[in-house]
Amino acid sequence: MTVRMDKRFAAVKAEGRPALVTYFMGGDPDFDTSLGIMKALPGAGSDIIELGMPFSDPMADGPAVQMAGQRALKGGQTLSKTLDLAARFRETDNDTPIVMMGYYNPIYVYGVDKFLDDAIAAGIDGLIVVDLPPEMDDELCIPALAKGINFIRLATPTTDDKRLPTVLKNTSGFVYYVSMNGITGSALPDPSLIAGAVKRIKGHTDLPVCVGFGVKTADHAKAIGASADGVVVGTAIVQQIAGSLTKDGKAGPDTVASVVTLVRGLATGVRAARLVAAE
Amino acid sequence: MNETPKPNSFRSGPDEDGRFGIFGGRFVAETLMPLILDLQGEWEKAKNDPSFQKELADLGTHYIGRPSPLYFAERLTEHLGGAKIYFKREELNHTGSHKINNCIGQILLAKRMGKTRIIAETGAGQHGVASATVAARFGFPCVVYMGATDVERQAPNVFRMKLLGAEVIPVTAGNGTLKDAMNEALRDWVTNVEDTYYLIGTAAGPHPYPELVRDFQSVIGKEAREQILEAEGRLPDMVIAAVGGGSNAIGIFHPFLDDAGVQIVGVEAGGRGLQGVEHCASITAGAPGVLHGNRTYLLQDHDGQILEGHSVSAGLDYPGIGPEHSWLHDIGRAEYVPIMDHEALDAFQVLTRLEGIIPALEPSHALAEVIKRAPKMRKDQIIVMNLSGRGDKDIFTVAKILGMDM
Repeated sequence: MTVRMDKRFAAVKAEGRPALVTYFMGGDPDFDTSLGIMKALPGAGSDIIELGMPFSDPMADGPAVQMAGQRALKGGQTLSKTLDLAARFRETDNDTPIVMMGYYNPIYVYGVDKFLDDAIAAGIDGLIVVDLPPEMDDELCIPALAKGINFIRLATPTTDDKRLPTVLKNTSGFVYYVSMNGITGSALPDPSLIAGAVKRIKGHTDLPVCVGFGVKTADHAKAIGASADGVVVGTAIVQQIAGSLTKDGKAGPDTVASVVTLVRGLATGVRAARLVAAE
Repeated sequence: MNETPKPNSFRSGPDEDGRFGIFGGRFVAETLMPLILDLQGEWEKAKNDPSFQKELADLGTHYIGRPSPLYFAERLTEHLGGAKIYFKREELNHTGSHKINNCIGQILLAKRMGKTRIIAETGAGQHGVASATVAARFGFPCVVYMGATDVERQAPNVFRMKLLGAEVIPVTAGNGTLKDAMNEALRDWVTNVEDTYYLIGTAAGPHPYPELVRDFQSVIGKEAREQILEAEGRLPDMVIAAVGGGSNAIGIFHPFLDDAGVQIVGVEAGGRGLQGVEHCASITAGAPGVLHGNRTYLLQDHDGQILEGHSVSAGLDYPGIGPEHSWLHDIGRAEYVPIMDHEALDAFQVLTRLEGIIPALEPSHALAEVIKRAPKMRKDQIIVMNLSGRGDKDIFTVAKILGMDM
C-alpha cells in the first residue's frame, strides 16, 4: 500500500467516518476544466480521487460514463494526458490518493512497464482496470504491485465465498464492492443487502471495503457509509458535469462550481454516517 | 534471432487459460468471470457426453440439413482457366448461413445450464436470425443487439428475427455496427447474469467462446475434408474463407491445419482501401490489443482507442478478429489478405451469372480472392472455398450500389 492511501484511510477512520471516493473522467470535457475539477475535489470533501481513463469501448459502463469518455476523447484526451492531469494535480496536493480507473487496452498499447514508471512519476497510488480479472494478473497486477502501485479489485454480487479468496489474493489498497450486477449508473440496491455483503467481504480481508454503483445523493452516501469504509460516487458527478455543459458540449461557466456543490453535499452525507465498530 | 518453434500440432490450442500463443485469454469484468468459468466447465462435460453429441448430430442432420454439399463449380473453373474450384455450400443450411451450426450447439449448452433467456449480437443479421431461430425452436425468449446502421442495411434479416419472436434492439453508440452491438450485449449480460446465456456468434470473445464456437463450426471442415477426399481422392491445395470475426473461416480451416500441403488463406475486408481507416483488415493493417474479452489483432489508434472501420459487408464490419486467427497469422500457418469492397461486388455478380448462386457479400470477399488466385494455379490443383452464406439479405445493398431500381 502506498503511504498516501494508508494515511488517508487511517485519518478518516480516526474521524469515525467512511471515506468519500469521487470518480470523474479525465479530460471531460477538456483538459483544463478537468484539472480544475480535480483540484477542487479535496476542498469539497473528497478523500480519494478516482481518475477515469477514457476508452472508446467501455463495456461495463452505462450511458453517462460512456458519453463522458466520448467527450474526453473528442477533446483530445489520451492516456498520456491523463497521466499529465495527475502530475499537475500533484504540484499542489501531495496527500490525496489518486486511483486511475479504466480499461486495459490503452495501457497495453502504451506499454505496461512504461505506463507504471510514468504513473509512479505522476503520483498515482492505485489502479482499477475493469477488464483484468485475477486470471489475468500477470498482465498488469503483478508488475504494478512489484513497483509499489496498488491494484484495486472489484468484487461483485457474483463473487461468492468460493471465489472471494481468488479475487482478494493480489488486491491491495482497498476492495471496491460493486453493489449490483450491471453497468455503472444503475439504481441503488437495498442498503441492508449491501451491509451484509460488506460484512461477508470483511470476513475474508483486512483491507478497507468501499462500495459503489448507484450512489447519487447525500442520503445514499449516508446509508451506504453506515457499513462501508468508503463510498464511491461516479455517475452522479459525471452527470453533473454533463448537465453543466453548453449546447455544443463545451465547459459551461458553472461546470467546476456545480461539481463542488454536489461533492460538498455527498461529503455531508458520509460525515453523517457513523461506522459500525470494526470487528 | 531465435525462430518461434513450430508446435507439433496446430490444432491443440487453446491452453488451459484460453490462450493461443499471446492471443485469447479472459479479459472480462469480475461480474462475468464466474459465468465464463461455469460455461467452460459445462462445455468440458458436454464435449465428452455422448448424449449431447448425439443430440447435436441429430439436429445437424434433420434441422440444419447437414452435411452441406461440396460442389464443383464447373463453369467458374472453366471461366478462370486454372485450379478446380469447389464450394462448401454452407449457404444451403437452414437460415442460410453457417451461423446455425454454432447456435444449435450453444442453445443445447444454455439448456444444460438451466438458463432461461438468450441474448446475442449480430452484424449482418445472419447470427441474429440463427439465434432467433434456435430460441424459437427451444422456447427461449431472445434479445438481439444490432447496430443501428446494420438494422438499416440488413432490413430483411431484422424482419426475419422479429417474425421468429426475437426482440431486436438497435444500438446507436459508435458507428452503430457489430462492435457496438457486442458492447451492448456485454452490458446486458453483466446486468442479467443469473438467467441469461450470451450466445456469441463469432470465434472471439473471452475463453471458452473462441474454442467452443470453433468446435461447433469445425463440422464444416470435417465434412469438406471427407468430401474432397471422396471426390478427388486427395486433399485440396488451398482452402479459402472470408474472415470478419472469423467463425466460418476457423470452422473450415481447423480440420486442415495439420495437413502441411494445404495452404490456408483468410480474406479480410479491405473496404475502400487500407491507406485510410475505411476498412476492416485487422491483421493486415491492425496491431495486437485487448477488446471484448480477448487479445487479438485490432484496428486501433496509437492511444489504444478502437477504430470503427468500414466494409460493404455488415458481417465483416468488425475491428477485431478471432484470437486463433491472430495466432495462425503470427506463426505463419495461415495467410490473411484484404479484398476491397468493389472486388467483392464484382465477384458477387460473377458467381450469380456463372453458377446461378447468389452469395452473401461476406463470402464474396473469399470468392474475389479465388478469382485472383485460381488462374495462376495449374488445372490439376484444387481450391476449396467456404460459401458461408446466401445473398438474399444483401440484394438491397447491392441494388443501391449498382444503381438498380427495386
